[in-house]
Amino acid sequence: MKFIDIVKTAIANSFRSKLRTGLTVIAIFIGAFTLTITSGIGTGVTSYINTQVSSIGAADVLTVSKTNDAAASGTGPAPYDPEKATTVSLGNGSRPGSTIQALTTKDLEAIKDTKGILGVDPSVQVTPDYIQHDGGGKFELTVNPTATLTTADLAAGAQLDNDSSTDQILVPTTYLDTLDFSSAKAAIGQTVTIGIRDFAGTVQEVPATVVGVQNETLLGAGAGLNQPLTDRLHDIEVDGAPEASSQSYATATARFDPKASEAKITAIKADLADQGYASQTVADQIGSFETVINVIIGVLNAFAVIALIAAGFGIINTLLMSVQERTREIGLMKAMGMNGGRVYTLFSTEAVFIGFLGSALGALVAVGVGSLVSNILADTVFSNLPGLQVVQFAPSSIAIIIGVVMLIAFLAGTLPARAAARQNPIDALRYE
Amino acid sequence: MTVPVLSAQNIGKSYGSGSNRFDALKGVSLDIHAGESIAIVGKSGSGKSTLMHLLALLDNPDSGALLVEGTDARKLKGKEVNRLRNQDFGFVFQQFFLTANATVLENVVLPLKIAGVSPRERKARGMAALEQLELADKAKNKAMNLSGGQKQRAVIARALVNNPKVIFADEPTGNLDTATGAVVEDILFSLNQDKGITLVIVTHDIELAARCDRRIFIRDGLEDTAARPTGRRSAGAHA
Repeated sequence: MKFIDIVKTAIANSFRSKLRTGLTVIAIFIGAFTLTITSGIGTGVTSYINTQVSSIGAADVLTVSKTNDAAASGTGPAPYDPEKATTVSLGNGSRPGSTIQALTTKDLEAIKDTKGILGVDPSVQVTPDYIQHDGGGKFELTVNPTATLTTADLAAGAQLDNDSSTDQILVPTTYLDTLDFSSAKAAIGQTVTIGIRDFAGTVQEVPATVVGVQNETLLGAGAGLNQPLTDRLHDIEVDGAPEASSQSYATATARFDPKASEAKITAIKADLADQGYASQTVADQIGSFETVINVIIGVLNAFAVIALIAAGFGIINTLLMSVQERTREIGLMKAMGMNGGRVYTLFSTEAVFIGFLGSALGALVAVGVGSLVSNILADTVFSNLPGLQVVQFAPSSIAIIIGVVMLIAFLAGTLPARAAARQNPIDALRYE
Repeated sequence: MTVPVLSAQNIGKSYGSGSNRFDALKGVSLDIHAGESIAIVGKSGSGKSTLMHLLALLDNPDSGALLVEGTDARKLKGKEVNRLRNQDFGFVFQQFFLTANATVLENVVLPLKIAGVSPRERKARGMAALEQLELADKAKNKAMNLSGGQKQRAVIARALVNNPKVIFADEPTGNLDTATGAVVEDILFSLNQDKGITLVIVTHDIELAARCDRRIFIRDGLEDTAARPTGRRSAGAHA
């Protein structure tokens, strides 16, 4: 029997008992549908995160902070050490009320001396009071502390330039109306005024140029300031302050060789950890975020796979009944010189076809429903997260899902197919 | 002396084991020559069907040897056995074994499909076989919608479609009324006479057996020589 005839016959056979095939197809459909949706959510969320932090700006930077050694629970508070700096509150984005040990100049020296570290800068966080444009109203200004490290998802304009001598600011799209800009494009190149209080409490004004408008992001909302502007504002903030108080920082950024290998970065981090500093690359910070999403998607996928395994037993059952029903036919085909291998192929092909039918329908419907729901969500629940399509479909992952389901179907079909191939023509023909 | 198409040498077959062991065939010898028609006659349970199954290579004997054109069947490879079943043998069964919801033509061309013949040639040869049995107008009907006689004619067309050397018929008229049975008998014997196809018929119908060149009577798994009347032609007529 030619392969094409086997395929045609297998397809015809699977349509012979439509109800039974239909029910099995529904079981597979549910599994494939779930799997496609979860993989779509995975693709959608991951691609959103990737655009948020696309081409991670500073791959050669570690964010270093002091390991909180007092956190060891059950042992009570650590003895007082006058050498240790006071704790500082972390800026926005951290757990409310959480503090960490501040880094002192001594710590910065130690970090700088660590092997593999090329330079270290204390991260300064500034808290400006307001932002004003063209004599309009004054509005509160939130600063995104990671703006200098990441590449923003721009609506218009350019990225921040930390090496520039000009004071640059990146404003979120949500600021446009408030600051009375007609469009994102219109804001580029305009000057805004930032008000900030010095140590004595006097408000000083600093002009800054808008270089870009960024879409609202997941990782820290607010405006981005380039390094020169941050430094200038920080200088104002600590102006008139006693020497010591300006010398403690929550975190520092340490640079290493951009060509450093994964192993080398790990070594640097281990070295820092030995000295009592916790360090994270930008990739680590995003990675931990992605890990959470991957775990959620993994759990959903596990449920889909359980559904598929159940569907696999459906296939076994369907085909075993088929073999039982067609015992005579198998006997006849064998009596007419069809070999066992072909009979096996015939029944496995039928299983694979049922698998294909279920998974293709499941994937197709999932793509339709997923796109629809995703569009509705994007306009309603996620309307303040522009660019977020929760469910996105990659053709390759859909192909993989269909392939995997067909493989499961094939494996499920092997048992009945073997039973069919082993039939003795005479026993099969005698079967009543 | 020509080599017999099929030669059974003291073949035996038993089913089950231990106390359940049942010797269906206890040692039967038989030569079948090309072009003859032979009836295997016996009551039900006598072992006549078992003998036919062994001759048609559908089953393997437990003792004795079966020679196919002089070659021991045990030495034939699986592929060769399948080729023989597909191309040299045709089967007609009492229960027809037609696929009920497939068309008559699809049923008839099944051996060709198994042999890997192209669809176009399948159709041409299938239609030729159906025409020979005056069933061409029913080619597109579902097999289940045929009458008993039409079904048996379709089965004969299927047995014929690959131009076999031997047709094995197991109670070919068993499920048919007398008139229809007579028509089917005529078809089988005309194939034997006009095309020289060797005919092996298993039956308990003495009248049908009487039309064959030669009869083998089987009783309790052995050849019953006492019941053997002289045939119209002697066994050695073709030798």
